[in-house]
Amino acid sequence: MIECLPIFYSQRAEQGLSGLIGNNLTCYKQDRCLFQNLNIHLQSGELVHLRGPNGAGKTSLMRILVGLTSPEKGGVRCNGLDISTPAIAKDMVFIGHKPGLNGLLSAEENLMYWSAQHEIAVSSTAIHEVLESLSLVGMEEIPVKNLSAGQQRRVALARLWLKPATFWLLDEPFTSLDTEGIAMMETVFARHVSRHGAILMTSHQSLSERAGPFRIEQLEYQL
Amino acid sequence: MRALYKGIIKRDLELAFRQKSELMQPLMFLLVVVTLFPLGIGPGPDTLQRIGPGVIWVAAILSSLLGMERLFRDDFADGSLEQMQLSGLPLYQIALCKIITHWLVSFTPLLMLSPLLALFLNLTLSMYVALLITLLLGTPVISLIGAIAVGLTTGLQRGSLLLALLLIPIFIPLLIFATSAVESAAMQLPYGPQIAIIAAIMLVALALSPFAVSYALKVSQN
Repeated sequence: MIECLPIFYSQRAEQGLSGLIGNNLTCYKQDRCLFQNLNIHLQSGELVHLRGPNGAGKTSLMRILVGLTSPEKGGVRCNGLDISTPAIAKDMVFIGHKPGLNGLLSAEENLMYWSAQHEIAVSSTAIHEVLESLSLVGMEEIPVKNLSAGQQRRVALARLWLKPATFWLLDEPFTSLDTEGIAMMETVFARHVSRHGAILMTSHQSLSERAGPFRIEQLEYQL
Repeated sequence: MRALYKGIIKRDLELAFRQKSELMQPLMFLLVVVTLFPLGIGPGPDTLQRIGPGVIWVAAILSSLLGMERLFRDDFADGSLEQMQLSGLPLYQIALCKIITHWLVSFTPLLMLSPLLALFLNLTLSMYVALLITLLLGTPVISLIGAIAVGLTTGLQRGSLLLALLLIPIFIPLLIFATSAVESAAMQLPYGPQIAIIAAIMLVALALSPFAVSYALKVSQN
């Protein structure tokens, strides 16, 4: 079903430095401690399912791990480099709660401009192919605001096909996806992991066996 | 460079032209405000000539505040800004590109409209030339400084009034030197020093504002 999977896979898996490592992370939101001295690591070739109740700090942890916000204490290193190093961005895709799509632009334009920002050379045919594999045929030219929530989510997820990155950090990737979409994403996850990719994702839904072996990290709600 | 041009400048221009109403509204506001003055104060040519430069500048500042929020608001709300921050491009360069596009989109129409405004307010040719120079050098300052305030208030729900309160006092020096330059031109005096000061303000803003904006945006993401 999906033929145009990311082609480039980093060779760093064989070297010891690989992986995304969060050390002693502490995060406060509105004077409430979300987590304290939390250690988390993500190696190539593994799928980590981050779980926890609402308000446990899953999204905050994700945003710290990609370098969007800085933790109160502790630090994040990726392949031995500090997370603020620009080169790391080239090896990482983050898809958050907000889809990062402008409603006035079409799916194709959104992905075109996104690829330009991330300095990925893609032709519009390649984007069409990816959108086709996500069953968005005929939707390429429609402004994204006119697509359904699930279709918008598919457009946001199309970035995983466009950018050859090792680390995928996905915050609730299954939101508003239909069962077929979820099954497809799980297959893609298994494929990415088998090619030395690394995935950290949050979801309130349990992963099925289609996603392959995975590790669960549990965040507890702290008062 | 290519990434910045294709990914930021082209995108923002495209978006600006898709929202033509947002593009036109500040301009119409400017035109209406300027036409209100002859009606309110009386159409005496001398009075109009005296207040003209000030009116155009005040109207330009107020109208620019209307469209200012557009600089980062939408990109912040839909998550595009997050994706830009994670692109590996330096955030200050992204900010500078967005500021340049904002200036192009909101102030070049104003510059093109300015001969008409000069006619409304009975400005002489030498006054108009001085006004045009102050607008050319001064309006980039509005975009550059405004972007810092937008960056700071972008995470707030209703930041537009706060934005005006933050920015208007900062533009006072600009207003003083700009109107004084046009006044000097009206009296056939040299107005080089005022222009030089406005240019200096612009250069300092150009050098520092992208870094301040990138810091402000990072703070807003927290």
